[in-house]
Parts: sequence; C-alpha cells; structure tokens
Amino acid sequence: MTFQTMVGQLAGGFLTTLAIFVLTLLGSLPLGLAVYFGRRSRLAPLRGLVKVYISVMRGTPLMLQLMVVYYAPNLMFGMRPLSRFAATIVAFVVNYAAYFAEIYRGGIESIPVGQYEAAEVLGYTKGQTFFHVILPQMVKRVLPSVTNEVITLVKDTSLASVIAVVEMFTLASRIAVAPHSPGMVTFAVAAVFYYVFNYVVAFAMERAEKALSYYQ
Amino acid sequence: MNVLTITGAQKSFAELGVLKDISLSVDEGEVVSVIGPSGSGKSTLLRCATFLETLDRGEIAYMGKKAAHSGPDGKSVYEKDLSPFRRCFGLVFQQFNLFPHRSVLQNVTDAPVRVQKRPRAEAEEEARKLLGKLGLADKADAYPCQLSGGQQQRASIARALAMKPELLFFDEPTSALDPELTGEVLRVIRRLAEEKMTMVIVTHEMDFARAVSDRVIFMDGGVIVEQGAPDDVLVNPTQERTRQFLKSYQS
Ligand SMILES: Nc1ncnc2c1ncn2[C@@H]1O[C@H](COP(=O)(O)OP(=O)(O)O)[C@@H](O)[C@H]1O
Ligand SMILES: [Mg+2]
Repeated sequence: MTFQTMVGQLAGGFLTTLAIFVLTLLGSLPLGLAVYFGRRSRLAPLRGLVKVYISVMRGTPLMLQLMVVYYAPNLMFGMRPLSRFAATIVAFVVNYAAYFAEIYRGGIESIPVGQYEAAEVLGYTKGQTFFHVILPQMVKRVLPSVTNEVITLVKDTSLASVIAVVEMFTLASRIAVAPHSPGMVTFAVAAVFYYVFNYVVAFAMERAEKALSYYQ
Repeated sequence: MNVLTITGAQKSFAELGVLKDISLSVDEGEVVSVIGPSGSGKSTLLRCATFLETLDRGEIAYMGKKAAHSGPDGKSVYEKDLSPFRRCFGLVFQQFNLFPHRSVLQNVTDAPVRVQKRPRAEAEEEARKLLGKLGLADKADAYPCQLSGGQQQRASIARALAMKPELLFFDEPTSALDPELTGEVLRVIRRLAEEKMTMVIVTHEMDFARAVSDRVIFMDGGVIVEQGAPDDVLVNPTQERTRQFLKSYQS
C-alpha cells in the first residue's frame, strides 16, 4: 500500500470521526440542558434518578458504556442491535450530556440571584428569564469548561473502535499491521489528523470566547 | 388616589419575626422615605411589596385592587396571576442588577418590548429620551461593566422607569456607591420627586430624605416606630428609639 492510499483511507475514516464528533455535540449540548433541568426538578424521584445517571456516566469508562449500548439490548433482551455507528452516537451523547449538565449547573449556580430578581420584578416569565437573562450569561461562564470537554471528545472518538466502527483510529490500526503497509507511519499520520482537528477546534472555541468577552 | 396599601403585614424567616404588623399606605405623587437600623426589616418590607417574598399575614393592594388578602385562617392569600400588579411598580436595587450581557439601551428596552409587547421602535425612542434625561445619552450603547457605579444605578433607574410604573421602590440606591458618586443618583431621584413620581425610598441619606420626602417612616425591629413629616421625624422625633438612631447617625 502506498503512502497516498493510506492517507486517502485515513481521510475517509476521518469523515466518520468528524460525524461522531458533530453528532455527539449536536445531541449532548442540548440534552445536557434537559439533564440539568431533571437534576433540579421538583420531583424527588426524577432528581434522584438523574443524579444516579450522572454519577454512573462519570464513574465508569466510556469504552464500557459503548459496549453496553451496542451489546446489551441484544444479549439481555434479544432485541435487534443498533448499527455500530448509531450505538456509538447514543453512547457518546448520553455520556457527554452528563458532563455538560454538571458544567451547566456550575455556570447557572454562579449567576447572582439579583439577576433573577430584577427579571421577576420587571415581569419576565420564568421562561423569558431563563432564555434571555440566565442562559446567555451561563454560556459565557461555561465556555472554558465546554472547550475542555470538546477537545477531549476529539480524542474520545477513537474509542468507537472498541465496537469496530470504521472511524479513523480503527482504520489506522488495521492498516498499520497489514502486510506491505506504511506501518507505524500510519499512526503518525493519524496523530497529525487528530492534532490538526483539535487545533482547529481550539481556535474556534477561542474565537467564541473572544466574541463573548464584550462584557464581564 | 391611593397607589399602595399594605395592611397588617407579618413576615418571619424560620423563627425570626422580621415584619411585625406593618401597615403602610402611599398616595399618588407621594414620596415616602423609610429609615432605620440595619436588620430592622426595611428590605424585607420592599421585597414583600414587590412579591420577591411572600407575606405570612396581611394584605397588599395596588391601585385599590388586592394582590394579597387575608384568608379564612388569617394567612395571606395571593392572586394566581400577579402580573397585572407587577405592572404597577418598579424596584431599584442596591446592587443595580443590570443585565451585564445587554447594552444600556437593551437593558432599558428589553422589558417594555418583551413583557409589555410595545413596538421596539417606540420603546427605543422612549428609552433614548429617558437616558438623555438621566444624563446617559452617550452611554446607550455601552455595557454595564463600562460604566461607573453611579451611571449603572442611573441606568437601572431608567430601566425601571421605562415600564411606566405607578410607584417606584428604591432599596438603598446609593449604599453600593463611592461617596463621590451618590450625589448624581440622589439628584436624579430628587428630580423624579419634583415631577411627582410616587416613590418609596429606603435610605441612610438623612439630609436627602429630609429634602425630598413628604413623609418619613422610622422602622426598628420589624415595626414602624414613628412616621410623619420629615422635620417632625428627623428633627423633633417623639420616640426615644428614633432619637437614639438619629444620634448614632450624626456621630
Ligand atoms: N431570606 C432570608 N432568610 C433569613 N433571614 C432573612 C432573610 N432576609 C432577611 N433576613 C433577616 O431579616 C432581618 C431583616 O433584614 P432586612 O429586611 O434585610 O433588614 P434591613 O434592610 O432593614 O437591613 C435580618 O435579621 C435578616 O438577617
Ligand atoms: Mg436592607
């Protein structure tokens, strides 16, 4: 296998990596908000359930969670398994939402109570207060922590290889050990892909932080 | 015309009685100052009047309509929808509580547009007029963090006035300000008094209270100890507690 073929195949795998990344964020960023609302629900059982969910997501390896989402429905209930890709997205979204929920909670709880009171006296509804007063300020406060998670996610996408999703890392490991391949150079190229991807992500997040730095 | 009537207000936090049978009535155009030592329940009174806290007992009426009445067991019962009553008043906080992510103009126009559903162009025109009146014409596009404390407080007064309240409450509007900045805020409030804005002002500025008020209320330990014309309460108080308090202020 030539160097060019190897790079071409990795680039193909990178599209899957990118898809996992984008779909996970699209799912988990909003789901994290819903989880946060569950965490502070008036219903004690829901609150307890959400707390357990968050602690399990954070206390067990994502790799194990991937295996459970992919294999458990079939092994335990005889259901038709999700596709490998779909199982990956489900596991990633559910895992990252737990982290984002905790980050949102920290951000929201750090907003002074005077903001709620000013909105209440002005006659804002609870929804208006949340979406127009609290949420925009929360976004600014959580952006640095969200950036950390997003950069971790870039690297975590490689965990999908554990259920044999053909993303970039899976391809790199297969190519590297195949006969007549560029060998270890494959991993070096994959590393460059991840690094550049992360560089772009970090740059974008920095721009976002700058855009919100117009106030303190 | 009677704007606000509070009757028999009682409020406790846990076991601590903070308001003990307070009654207060404010007429249109009247300026009432509330003075008293720290912890006497002044903020709690304003917070109950603005529904940030709920009374245990007692009644609150705005413009003759009851927002809270005494239920059969003597406890206060609130109307389900308090929004028509919220339209009656504005509250200026000690800590301003401007929205930091919005410009001064947006702070002033957001509630009129979002809550009162007024057309944006009209709200902006009025907001600019208000800002001009409060000496903030050139700060419309600034963000609160770019303003001095005095400017922030004037912006928060503009935000409250933009809702066209019948009554404006102030909770120690100058207590968070450096001494050299209190004057500009007090001047603005004074001007509102001259325009016959109905106001209830909690303040520690005795000279200001004397100059601007139609009536001064002295609170201590959750009760109104004494009230009357500014000169009567601030210069010739009849109660020993009032005298003690005023003396501690002179030194
Ligand atoms: N949310 C609260 N929970 C418990 N105690 C409170 C609360 N708010 C006020 N208090 C207590 O009520 C008393 C009166 O407070 P406040 O109304 O703020 O007095 P003032 O404004 O006259 O200084 C104080 O002893 C204060 O500690
Ligand atoms: Mg107070």
